[in-house]
Amino acid sequence: MKIGVVTFPGSLDDGDAARAARYAGAEAVRLWHADPELHGVDAVVLPGGFSYGDYLRCGAIARFAPVMETIAREARDGLPVLGICNGFQILCEAHLLPGALTRNQHLHFRNRDQRVRIENATTAWTGDFSAGQEVVIPVKNGEGCFVGSTELLDELEANGQIVARYVGENPNGSMRDIAAIRNEAGNVVGIMPHPEHAVDLLTGPSVDGLGFFTSVLKAITPGRRTTTEEVPA
Amino acid sequence: MTSVEIDFDTVEQARRTPDEEQPFAELGLQPDEYERIRQILGRRPTQSELAMYSIMWSEHCSYKSSKIHLRQFGEKKPVSERVLAGIGENAGVIAISDDIAVTFKVESHNHPSYVEPYQGAATGVGGIVRDILAMGARPVAVMDPLRFGAADHPDTARVLPGVVAGVGGYGNCLGLPNIGGEVVFDPCYQGNPLVNALCVGVLPVDRLQRKEADGPGNIVVLMGAKTGRDGIGGVSVLASATFDEGSEQRRPSVQVGDPFMEKLLIESCLELYAADLIVGVQDLGGAGLTCALTETSASAGTGMKVQLETVPLREPSMSPHEVLASESQERMLLIVEPSRLNAVLGIAQLWGVLATPIGVVTAPEPGEKAGRLTITWHGETVVDVPPGSLVDDGPVYARPLKEPNDLPLLQADRAETLPKPADGDGLRALLLRMIASPNLCDKSWVTEQYDRYVLGNTVLAQPEDAGLIRIDENSGLGVAISLDGNARYARLDPYAGAQLALAEAYRNVAVTGANPVAVTNCLNFGSPEDPAVMWQFAEAVRGLADGCLELGIPVTGGNVSFYNQTGAAAIHPTPVVGVLGVHDDVAQRVPMGFSYAGDAVFLLGSTRTELSGSEWAWVEHNHLGGTPPQVDLPGERRLGEALGEAADRGLVRSAHDLSDGGLAQALVESSLRRGFGVDVELPAEWSTGTLPFVYLFSESTGRALVTVPPGHEMAFTALCEERQLPVTKLGTVAAEGAALSVQGQFSVSLDELREAWTGTLPRLFGSTISTNVVQED
Repeated sequence: MKIGVVTFPGSLDDGDAARAARYAGAEAVRLWHADPELHGVDAVVLPGGFSYGDYLRCGAIARFAPVMETIAREARDGLPVLGICNGFQILCEAHLLPGALTRNQHLHFRNRDQRVRIENATTAWTGDFSAGQEVVIPVKNGEGCFVGSTELLDELEANGQIVARYVGENPNGSMRDIAAIRNEAGNVVGIMPHPEHAVDLLTGPSVDGLGFFTSVLKAITPGRRTTTEEVPA
Repeated sequence: MTSVEIDFDTVEQARRTPDEEQPFAELGLQPDEYERIRQILGRRPTQSELAMYSIMWSEHCSYKSSKIHLRQFGEKKPVSERVLAGIGENAGVIAISDDIAVTFKVESHNHPSYVEPYQGAATGVGGIVRDILAMGARPVAVMDPLRFGAADHPDTARVLPGVVAGVGGYGNCLGLPNIGGEVVFDPCYQGNPLVNALCVGVLPVDRLQRKEADGPGNIVVLMGAKTGRDGIGGVSVLASATFDEGSEQRRPSVQVGDPFMEKLLIESCLELYAADLIVGVQDLGGAGLTCALTETSASAGTGMKVQLETVPLREPSMSPHEVLASESQERMLLIVEPSRLNAVLGIAQLWGVLATPIGVVTAPEPGEKAGRLTITWHGETVVDVPPGSLVDDGPVYARPLKEPNDLPLLQADRAETLPKPADGDGLRALLLRMIASPNLCDKSWVTEQYDRYVLGNTVLAQPEDAGLIRIDENSGLGVAISLDGNARYARLDPYAGAQLALAEAYRNVAVTGANPVAVTNCLNFGSPEDPAVMWQFAEAVRGLADGCLELGIPVTGGNVSFYNQTGAAAIHPTPVVGVLGVHDDVAQRVPMGFSYAGDAVFLLGSTRTELSGSEWAWVEHNHLGGTPPQVDLPGERRLGEALGEAADRGLVRSAHDLSDGGLAQALVESSLRRGFGVDVELPAEWSTGTLPFVYLFSESTGRALVTVPPGHEMAFTALCEERQLPVTKLGTVAAEGAALSVQGQFSVSLDELREAWTGTLPRLFGSTISTNVVQED
């Protein structure tokens, strides 16, 4: 199984996401923003960071990267995609997920170990959890405040599209304590906290983050997707 | 060409108009220094040359007041086979295994951060990161010791949030974990906050880069951001003069940072190093192109011909002297063989970074030892100098030294004579006041603004005693770093104060189980023209050099920051010392927090009645006087070795250094870290009258609070006794969520402790900015 991790100029947690994929038992494949090919990967992670310096608006430039055109097309065909932090912002800018992420309500960057409740364990990335399970995953962002219209928020609730919520103090002011959402099909998930930083007790507060990466390995069937090119060995 | 057509000063003009008056004093040069420049050149300098000499001979670049003292770091250097590059390089390089080396250094960015807190602090991080990059290393972590005026002063509310946001904004965006530092408040920093920044990087030992511009015919390439008017005169105007009321007008002297560009610059440089494509590399920091061009050519004994108009400019109307003096950020100078130029430019292009050939390395003229640096601007020669004259032949001063007049009286006014609480209720109330005081309270409000997780190798970060980074994922090899300084101690005795800073950093590294191997320092002082300040500086350097020799760990680099004063009042002498230690296997690291009920709690080291200069004297009595705690470096060494061995043998569960606030503070921090209470019984000889207070709040050095799992107590105490290390059983770790209890004295629940400890900074700074109002429609 191959999990692709995209590197945009300014991506920072790409190495961590690749490591987490390896810890989960996958082969991590580095994807380059300027290369539209996905090199036969079975799932894609858009990692955290400050793609293109977050100029203009977080994720606003990254959505136009050549690799994103392919990812957007394949995601609509069912390719599992996980956007973490800046990746979540990119997915919203690319309209693969609804809503938007704005400046934290308190206007500070905040990094802390955050308690999060998994609300939906049926997505490609959360199958190894159970609904209602609480996990601890680091949150670290300056613009992680999820906003949407009341209609959108009600719709997300009704469709089970809220994947995770903050428990305890809301670290950024997100509406309805939203930490993660999914698309209607459930293959695309955006999450503000960083599961890739919670895969080893030596370097993280828990190993709870590993579940996102092991989940997707079970959700994908190798060779199910038809790729547009021959996969290099 | 006639002079009518040229609106800039040329060498030809300088020859024609030898008597033209030049504004050397405004640029910070003394009359005799100006005379020496004329002697060196055999004519008056051009405007560009004058600008170059003024910045290269500034205090900041030339170390003219500190040089004669700093030599001690070399003269008293302990033998170490680990040091691959030392003082004089961009940063010290230390081998930590046969094939891996680390490089680390701390620098100051004090004055810019007062003038423009966000950008000043941000570019402080950016500058030190490029120093590390220039050695051939991948930067892997940063740390920031910060010092501000009184916590409740209105201007601190302006400076602190900006500095913290700047440190975070730049470091977070670069993807470097911030693993530690300090946040200290003292009124002496009111008009002069201290913003120091440390970076640590990792490199294969065979990838160490050189700055020498070797090989006549090689191409000089400028890579990175365009050059603008920002930061002109940063080192000479800002860093080498005392502040006065016009300081806001110096805002244009502060640089503006672009961490995204720096991130791309890092990745491009690392690709260039990996492909072995360059001959030499130098970062552009203080003094910009001037420093990079002269240092690279002077160190190689070569010359250069530079066509300055080829430098990509952000502002096309810039004059040549401005281009040479600009401190625009995110730039590196590369020396490249002509056959590899295209490959170098290709890598830069891949990352979207500008790279421009601006000149060529030249050989010395026949009969000359060293080459000349000539710089042209649209065909006219504006600079023609021997580069060594700017780098190595600057002025050196043996400034007058005089012990401060008030020191004998200050030292006689001992804090040990102040009134002290003598009962449990008094101690309980005191403890709650102390842990809520600005210097002892929880610093999460600051450190939560920094990313500590990125790169996935952070094993320990603040509030742990030292930051610990994994370097090799397979072997578990890692490095621990701590930065410490206590300016009140240094004010009372600068020689001891520097050694106490060294001892604390050494201890902080040792308690994690690491083996201390190298030292860096940032020496923050007032004006060197004041003999009292210069005496403090000389004493601090002597103390640090002697201390390093005694501990057997060399100083590998550092930074001097003078002129930290507003008007006549200098800051307390503030030597900040960083110690780096090697951990053979980071999985064996020892964290600071209590984590298992029933573990035995031990205090290592000796407690004496030492309250002068203490946090207690300051918080409770606003008192600073007496002499600081006794320095015991052999004791520190024994403590470090014992803790290292105990960690290797798995005998200790936690260890926490005792420093500001003494045992009481250590007990609170160790309890709150993971939410376990502790039951303490004071030794009988410390249990009556005011002795319990002294035992809890004295700041005697060479001590650590350690927990030992059941079954290991005998082995642990035997290990300490073998090394003649005093060991006292204090009690046991209590249940999760319980209380901190001192038998016969007082008990405080963890909730009450936590509330007192965590409330202070959010109350002071939490509401200094408005909020992003998010409401459902």
